[in-house]
Amino acid sequence: SMAEEGEKKAVLETVQADGADEGCVTFVMHDEDHTLGNSLRYMIMKGVDVDFCGYTITHPSESKINFRIQTRGGIPATEPLRRGLNELTDVCQHVLNTFQVDLLPLSCGAHLSSAGRHRSAASSSA
Amino acid sequence: MRSIMAASMKNVEEIRTRVILGEFGVKNTHTTDFPGNYPGYDDAWSMQKFQQNFRIDVVHLDDSSMEFDMVGIDAAIANAFRRILLAEVPTMAIEKVFIYNNTSIVQDEVLAHRLGLIPIRADPRLFEYRNTGEESAEDQGSEIDTIQLQLKVKCSRNPRASKDSSDPRELYLNSMVYSRDIQWVPVGNQADVFADCRIGPVHDDILIAQLRPGQELDITMHCVKESVGAAGKDHAKFSPVATASYRLLPEITILEPVEGEKAERLKRCFSRGVIDLEDVDGRKVAKVVNSRLDTCSREVLRHADLKNLVKLGRVRDHFIFTVESTGILPPDVLVTEAIKVLMAKCQRFLQELDSTDMD
Repeated sequence: SMAEEGEKKAVLETVQADGADEGCVTFVMHDEDHTLGNSLRYMIMKGVDVDFCGYTITHPSESKINFRIQTRGGIPATEPLRRGLNELTDVCQHVLNTFQVDLLPLSCGAHLSSAGRHRSAASSSA
Repeated sequence: MRSIMAASMKNVEEIRTRVILGEFGVKNTHTTDFPGNYPGYDDAWSMQKFQQNFRIDVVHLDDSSMEFDMVGIDAAIANAFRRILLAEVPTMAIEKVFIYNNTSIVQDEVLAHRLGLIPIRADPRLFEYRNTGEESAEDQGSEIDTIQLQLKVKCSRNPRASKDSSDPRELYLNSMVYSRDIQWVPVGNQADVFADCRIGPVHDDILIAQLRPGQELDITMHCVKESVGAAGKDHAKFSPVATASYRLLPEITILEPVEGEKAERLKRCFSRGVIDLEDVDGRKVAKVVNSRLDTCSREVLRHADLKNLVKLGRVRDHFIFTVESTGILPPDVLVTEAIKVLMAKCQRFLQELDSTDMD
């Protein structure tokens, strides 16, 4: 499934060995590096139906990664990929919410050290 | 048997949650809590467990820098935020420099490079990316994607300077060109839209060039929105941070009571404020009071009689982030934007999975 000529730049391609089942797939993710590669690998490795997950950066001058997934029990590799992307989105959303809630008292003008749990505030600035 | 089991469980717990700083190396550096690695542990991903354990504590926040603790997350994801802060949060910077006149001793290309690195206060969220590609080479930019700046300075003799002065600042007018001399030239509706944004250099005292009487600069500049990009494709001037880094929370455990001279020495092995001497029945006993302050120098491991009395480690999932902004956006806004960038990356591939004929 290569991108057609003259079409818009490819985002995602798949590479499969001849005769391999759809549980063993290398996804070529364009314009990505360790940032998405490693965080997505972590999320996918947390799945019980994943046998192997890893990625390589093809070459420093190419901005793409080869992202490999092998599943257990004949599950299509797109499944853990999709789940990993969804779960990573949810993690980010929770981090964002937590961060913004934590900033609220600061933007309301309350003094930092007045919040009891910021006990390290005074000592770390020393 | 039971105590052996208990001991090994404690070992496993340490391998899973701590990075150990040993005398000859660092132990347990990798994340290992994946399903199937440890019998008796349910390591499958659970959003509920994550939400229960995750927390953020903001320790310090001002206009240019912040420190916060991010606890209960894996290094892979914390590191993604750090990398995005450095390279993938978009920033406005001077990209094109039109030099109509430069008779100073600073060469055109050196001057252009210096100008490019000056942080420009302009909220990148309010601008579009400028088209990249063949047809955009001639593109002059527009009010939605480009800021125009001007630098026009001419140096002359100061008629009021005292005759015997040797100070260039007194002898000449405009002999020092500072970032404050850069003027914003609003394009289209920009004067109205950005009326209270004070677009221009963040710092007004960056020395750009020095001139002597008769020398002048006549320069127009275009600022555009861009990010450094994956794999450092573009220029570091598009990085919104001076630095963004994290360290793991240090953990120092005193394994058996340390008293007297040994306690004094132990205290001096660590950063100030880490270890205190407590008075117990007239004896001075070492106690860890704030391991967060330690730089993890491992000095204690050079003392043969002390090294086995302490355990040095770091908490694997406790990240102490430091974010220093270049001053264009407040650091908390940068962190917020970085998180959104990682979400956008996920969405990009989810859309691709949904839309195409992935076979």
